[in-house]
Amino acid sequence: MKTRTLAIECLRYDPQTDAAPRYQTYEVPFTDEMSVLEGLQYIKDHLDGSLTFRWSCRMAICGSCGGMLNGVPKLSCESFLRDYYPEGVRIEPLNHFPIQRDLAIDQGDFLLKLRSVKPYLIPEAPKPVSEGTYLQTPQQLDDYYQYSKCINCLLCYAACPQYGLDREFTGPGALALLHRYNADSRDAGKAERMELVNADEGVWGCTLVSYCSEVCPKGVDPARAVNQNKVESTKDYFLRFVAPRRNT
Amino acid sequence: MKTYMRPMTGWWRRNPFYLWYTLREWSSFFLTAYALVLLYGLARLSEGEAQYEAWRASLASPGSLVFHAAALLLVLYHAWTWFKVMHKTLPFLRLGGRRVPDPAIFGSGVASAVVLSLLLLWVLA
Repeated sequence: MKTRTLAIECLRYDPQTDAAPRYQTYEVPFTDEMSVLEGLQYIKDHLDGSLTFRWSCRMAICGSCGGMLNGVPKLSCESFLRDYYPEGVRIEPLNHFPIQRDLAIDQGDFLLKLRSVKPYLIPEAPKPVSEGTYLQTPQQLDDYYQYSKCINCLLCYAACPQYGLDREFTGPGALALLHRYNADSRDAGKAERMELVNADEGVWGCTLVSYCSEVCPKGVDPARAVNQNKVESTKDYFLRFVAPRRNT
Repeated sequence: MKTYMRPMTGWWRRNPFYLWYTLREWSSFFLTAYALVLLYGLARLSEGEAQYEAWRASLASPGSLVFHAAALLLVLYHAWTWFKVMHKTLPFLRLGGRRVPDPAIFGSGVASAVVLSLLLLWVLA
């Protein structure tokens, strides 16, 4: 098997010794089928055991290994070293998040936002198992299916300058998941979630840059979810004049 | 825990996608400026024919021609970008139970803008 060598430049940051990040370059031998993640694993195993990065599944399901590859948010497990040959690749942690160490970011802010959108089905009334399963038509499934494919990899947050400029903004990923439940025929929690949609940190923080949808590795199209909810938010605002809200 | 937050300075230059987005946003200013020029013309019209003709003559100055050429290009680009994202602002459209594909929404937007513009040119000519 033909082996070539590629320069992988990694952002390094050690909170105990560094005031600011620096860059370190490693010469990594690679074969055609090696992913960028495997390049990082090669560095960790053979060149520098102190390099820190997150990974788990190696097949674009877990959403752990996202990073900025030459400035573009990507999953390193489904990006290939051969595509960066011969120029080399610069790997940085996902933009717009605090760096904990090297390529590992602090996702705490996103996890709080994820919880705030109530990402679970809120049925109208509890339904015992004895009453059977919920039924949906293919169209009802289609209404939310693409939004349910989110793996929380945060590439969309790294792509969103509005989140970078204002970290109060709920952001594309959490809002897409909010829409995933609002659009589900089994769910009755929309009124509860509209408060967040309408809030200052809700959908109106989006200026439709739509780079989030470009970089999404699962075809979720978060920009679409956010902007459909601008319509919902507008309807919610004006409809209260003709149809009083139910108290929830 | 101590963390490091990278600054956002110059974010719009970091990626070609952001540059095009920034151009789209700036093009709105040209759109507004063009609308104000038209509004000013309308105000001159209300003051009489001489004032209106003087305003029209001022439009032929080199500076005004450059502005109008730039405004035309930027307005065309602005329109193009909004057709590109139009499908994202709509609920799923379905025809005969099937989702209308996004390129069809984009194509119908561009096509109707072209047809209407040509119709307007034809009426004015």
